[in-house]
Amino acid sequence: MDKGLSLKDVRISKGGVPLLSITHDINPGEVLTVMGPSGVGKSTLLAFITGTLAPDFRAKGEVWLDGNNITHAAPHKRRVGILFQDDLLFPHLSVGANLAFGLQPGGNAAERLTKIEEALDEVGLSGFAVRDPATLSGGQKARVALMRMLLSEPCGLLLDEPFSRLDAALRAQVREMVFDRAKARALPVLMVTHDADDAQAAGGEIVTLGG
Amino acid sequence: MLGPVVAGLWGTLLPAFGHLPAAGLTGPSLDPFRDLFDWAGLPRAVMLSLSTGLLATAISLAIVVLVTAGWSGTRPFRALERMLSPLLSVPHAAAAFGLAFLIAPSGWLSRLMSPGITGWDRPPDLLIVQDTLGLTMTAGLIIKEVPFLLLITLAALGQSDAQRSVTIAQALGYGRVTGWLKTVFPRVYAQIRPPVYVVLAYSMSVVDVAVILGPNTPPPLSVQIVKWMSDPDLAMRLEGAAGALLQLGLVVGALIFWRMGEVVVAGLGRRWIARGNRGRFDPIVARGALFAGAASALIVLLGLVVLAIWSFAGFWGFPDAFPDQFTLRNWMRFGPGTLEALGETALIACTVASVALILTIGCLEAEYRYGLSFSQRAVWLIYLPLLIPQTAFLPGLQTLMLSVGADVGRLPVMLAHLVFVLPYVFLSLADPFRAWDTRMGTIATALRASPDGVLWRVRLPMLLRPILTALAVGLAVSVGQYLPTLLIGGGRVATLTTEAVALASGGDRRAIAVYGLMQTGAALVPFALALLLPALVWRNRRGLRHG
Repeated sequence: MDKGLSLKDVRISKGGVPLLSITHDINPGEVLTVMGPSGVGKSTLLAFITGTLAPDFRAKGEVWLDGNNITHAAPHKRRVGILFQDDLLFPHLSVGANLAFGLQPGGNAAERLTKIEEALDEVGLSGFAVRDPATLSGGQKARVALMRMLLSEPCGLLLDEPFSRLDAALRAQVREMVFDRAKARALPVLMVTHDADDAQAAGGEIVTLGG
Repeated sequence: MLGPVVAGLWGTLLPAFGHLPAAGLTGPSLDPFRDLFDWAGLPRAVMLSLSTGLLATAISLAIVVLVTAGWSGTRPFRALERMLSPLLSVPHAAAAFGLAFLIAPSGWLSRLMSPGITGWDRPPDLLIVQDTLGLTMTAGLIIKEVPFLLLITLAALGQSDAQRSVTIAQALGYGRVTGWLKTVFPRVYAQIRPPVYVVLAYSMSVVDVAVILGPNTPPPLSVQIVKWMSDPDLAMRLEGAAGALLQLGLVVGALIFWRMGEVVVAGLGRRWIARGNRGRFDPIVARGALFAGAASALIVLLGLVVLAIWSFAGFWGFPDAFPDQFTLRNWMRFGPGTLEALGETALIACTVASVALILTIGCLEAEYRYGLSFSQRAVWLIYLPLLIPQTAFLPGLQTLMLSVGADVGRLPVMLAHLVFVLPYVFLSLADPFRAWDTRMGTIATALRASPDGVLWRVRLPMLLRPILTALAVGLAVSVGQYLPTLLIGGGRVATLTTEAVALASGGDRRAIAVYGLMQTGAALVPFALALLLPALVWRNRRGLRHG
């Protein structure tokens, strides 16, 4: 089986009422944008893929990632990264500790520290490791959240309205950064959004649910 | 936690119908009830139980509701809130002693006003504390239940979008109090109903406050039950068990009566709403309620002050406002005793509160991981041990343990404490635990943290403040337990509370003051730590400073 994220005949329903159904293959480095009005179940689809679907939903179908069927894998073993519209940095950890949380175990302390510094350098936040995340600007937080996710070496990337809290100027900048990094690492990306600009910028296929 | 309650009720039921093999008696017979109804003090004791319970609940609820209606969101309200919340942890017994030392004929208030205003140069011959109608006892309960109900109400307010309703009502020309009562109160009351019932059940069957402030001849039913149960003559236990069942019946009856009252009030309220009165007397009502709330807080505070004065008092003759000299002698004399009791208290409280906390976190985490959810009915189940009067099932539990030959002592006392501590810890932690943003968990999981990793590395650290608060609540509840310690401990487990209450009849104010203050400290210090520790640990984390 080849690389990428595949949704095979995924059907999600709530209380017997069908919510959405989707079949799609996302190749490495490609973006699939799922659009639709709120309440149509876009985030539910992502929850199904991450393995955190609420118990009142029923789901059928399979999710394959890089040739593995992860439909029933434990959530923390799926290697699916996710970014939400809120940065959701852990408020009790420093910026560096947040990144260390994402960084896979292995290496001695100095090596890990170097990796974290490099990650911060990459997004123009050198020297931010000791900062309290609450003191960062919106754009800075978004960059830390992105690097934290990438350090966990995911095989696929989910984006849940990831840019909707950022103002227009920052938005394009952060968006470009996220898509560039995903492409550089050859990650299949599934983005849900209701924003046409985001969908356009993603440059991939667009699927519209409901409506 | 229902096990001990059911076992206790069973252990009450059997001897109440004359079955107590340990005393060589086998039933069934109705003699215990016959003895009970032959007791001349019974009508009085029953009346006391009903009147103190219903009055204390109604008055403290009225104060809390009207203060919240008239003042929530204002500066005086925040001041009152700040004054009342630490008072929540002051043990009932200490608050009761403080009140007694304030308003007794030879109490501080009388001393402050004598002889200047009153002209008294000796304590007047008035029965204020332990008055036959139980009014002082009712007051003692009110000053402790007001902070409890206020905090519960505030928690409920947070979920009821109150401010906008009041704004709209005011735009329609309603006064603050009337607008709040007509729009917010029904929602809030639906949420605070279980704790209100707990207050009613507790106030009807309380023992320690009744021993300190309640009348003696006859005492309230709960106190008499404990007397019977502690009688060396085992046969008296039968009468005690019958009394305990009667107590249970009274509480159930009072709860039904209260429920009917709710229906009546709801009906009247609907008519009041339909009439469209805008509330002409709102300012007066609001001011009266604020005064009552402030007075209740002030009494507890002054009570603690007078305890502190007595604990350092040398000779203090009437009607001097202050002692002739302050001395450390009382603390030297009673210090070692209190330290010993403190050790026992701390051991029990720390063990019980920790166990309760672990069980609570386990429950809540299981609920999160496996997507379980508690129904409204399950909430009542949590409240059940608090709704069954202690006097109804603890004597039974004690009798049962005696008859199976189980040793009384520390471990059973801890178990008995757990029955009362667990609900409070659970209720205190459940809301903040559930309010935690589960997307944090999703993110952490996506970063390949295991479920346990998410719990230990993300959720618990983020919830440090509410967790420590819940622990402090558990400690305070355990420290304040009187009856479980006395009965299940068989008089051999001496905590600060049992020692302090035991001193009540002796009337040595200096000893009482030392024990009362130690008891207050044992309950209060954990709360201070629960506030201080997160502030220290997270001093560089702005995102966790409020929450």
